[in-house]
Amino acid sequence: MMMETLPEWVIQLAYLLAAVLFIQGMRDMTHPRTATRGNFTSAMGMLLAVGVTVLWFELVSPVVLIAGLVVGSVVGVGLAVRVEMTEMPQLVGVFNGFGGGASALVAGAELIEFQTAGVVTSLPAETAIAAAASGLIGAVTFCGSLVAAGKLHGVVNGNAIRYTGEQVVKVALFAISILLGAYLVVQPELFAEYLQGEWVPAYWLLLGAASLLGIALVISIGGADMPVVIALLNSYSGLAAAGTGFVLNNTALIIAGTLVGAAGMILTVIMCESMNRSLSNVLFGGFGEEADSEEMDDIYEGNITETSPEEIEMLLDVANRVVIVPGYGMAVAQAQHAVAELAELLDENDVEVEFGIHPVAGRMPGHMNVLLADADVPYDKMKELEEINPTFSQTDVVIVTGANDVVNPQANESDSGPIAGMPVLNVGDARTVIVNKRSLSPGFSGIANPLFAQDNTNLLFGDAKDSMQELVNNYKENN
Amino acid sequence: MTLVFNLTLFVLTAFLGYSIITKIPANLHTPLMSGSNAITGITLVGAVVVAGSGSSRLATAFGFLAVVMATVNVVGGYLVSHKMLNQFHKGSEA
Repeated sequence: MMMETLPEWVIQLAYLLAAVLFIQGMRDMTHPRTATRGNFTSAMGMLLAVGVTVLWFELVSPVVLIAGLVVGSVVGVGLAVRVEMTEMPQLVGVFNGFGGGASALVAGAELIEFQTAGVVTSLPAETAIAAAASGLIGAVTFCGSLVAAGKLHGVVNGNAIRYTGEQVVKVALFAISILLGAYLVVQPELFAEYLQGEWVPAYWLLLGAASLLGIALVISIGGADMPVVIALLNSYSGLAAAGTGFVLNNTALIIAGTLVGAAGMILTVIMCESMNRSLSNVLFGGFGEEADSEEMDDIYEGNITETSPEEIEMLLDVANRVVIVPGYGMAVAQAQHAVAELAELLDENDVEVEFGIHPVAGRMPGHMNVLLADADVPYDKMKELEEINPTFSQTDVVIVTGANDVVNPQANESDSGPIAGMPVLNVGDARTVIVNKRSLSPGFSGIANPLFAQDNTNLLFGDAKDSMQELVNNYKENN
Repeated sequence: MTLVFNLTLFVLTAFLGYSIITKIPANLHTPLMSGSNAITGITLVGAVVVAGSGSSRLATAFGFLAVVMATVNVVGGYLVSHKMLNQFHKGSEA
């Protein structure tokens, strides 16, 4: 099938070097200072791996190949240049889906090769296993990622779409995919008469079932759980690539795919832990309660103190330390530049200012950090939950904007309810808490937030962007 | 034997990946994801092989589609990572 024009060991060594570059690139990602270089190193590894493959396999149809590379590059560059930082999760989702889809197609094309080559009448078991695995995972990743991206972009209903028997549907689709995969591997003698070597149709059926499974899995998950979904699908696309590596006996694919699989899996676990929910609860459990308006009235009635930008400005004038807690609502309102400007102004007036960032504040792991970095907030001012929590008791003013569940003290206090045990930012320990929100409506969990009713909490009602801009203007006038 | 060799590679890389990735700070999780995502595009290598070998028209067609998708993944992934990481640099200089 493939004719190497150079000895096998040359290309294998090149793949080894590429793998080393990927690993070194990831090691450089451990610090913002070296991360850009790391990304570049990794890209060089990719260039090497692809370049070597193109040059050293005797290719029958280079035109097809070059056309594919050109089309893909143009589309990739176009998407990457145009994307806004707020849209990053859906774009990464789409890229991810393409990676998974490519894996599934490569395994399929390889099966066709086996069939047309006509040398073998039955597939080698390991090729069949790996092809089935990369087809299943690849198709789930492709369709799941596109649905997730659609939800994030608002073209697919962002709510968790639930229906009776949905678990049965998912289990059935999964079972069908596994059976088709098993059929590919076993090639039962029973059918051998008619189906000798006809493994390709089974593979397409497998892709169909797995695609439906990917859609069914993600459609029933709410938009706010997308950080977990995107991380998990990222892991899957890595595993699909590793699976393809098993099909093709290609070490570069196995190493790179496994690294990505591990990265996605670790991020998935981090996201689940920061919501104190199990992965199966995120994927199958459904989340959130119907808002209980009576309970909310009980908690909020007569206990809500409203404030104004003028009052907050006076508080900030005498503050030594301010912590800003941004939530996704801030990003939706495009308020990050106003918030960053406020932080800069405070900093110029020798107020210590830091950002407390909950792991699930954005729509993918680390998304909030990227949004703030885009608004010129220095990364050393962004603090993780464990780091910022002990400092709230020495903080004069906390400004919460566009966040709700991640600052809800019920997570620590009550033993039941959707967010019980979830690690939250204990902003109530600060001297004064300012909560900027459009209304008292509940967050994703659907429960009331007793923080809003605390004596040291003042609410600034209004759109995050307008409110923060007003605060900035007020602060400028008086300083 | 190849299966065992491949499995060895898989397991060792998984451990290596775990030890590196747990050290990456939350600040960089999004670029990590888009960057590692770009690495998934390594499937491109496989796609190149099947698209170029051209022994059947159908395989070539799927190979072509796979090359397009994997290239979008690789090129786009690295570019958006670079774009994001540049923001972090800008922030630290300010």
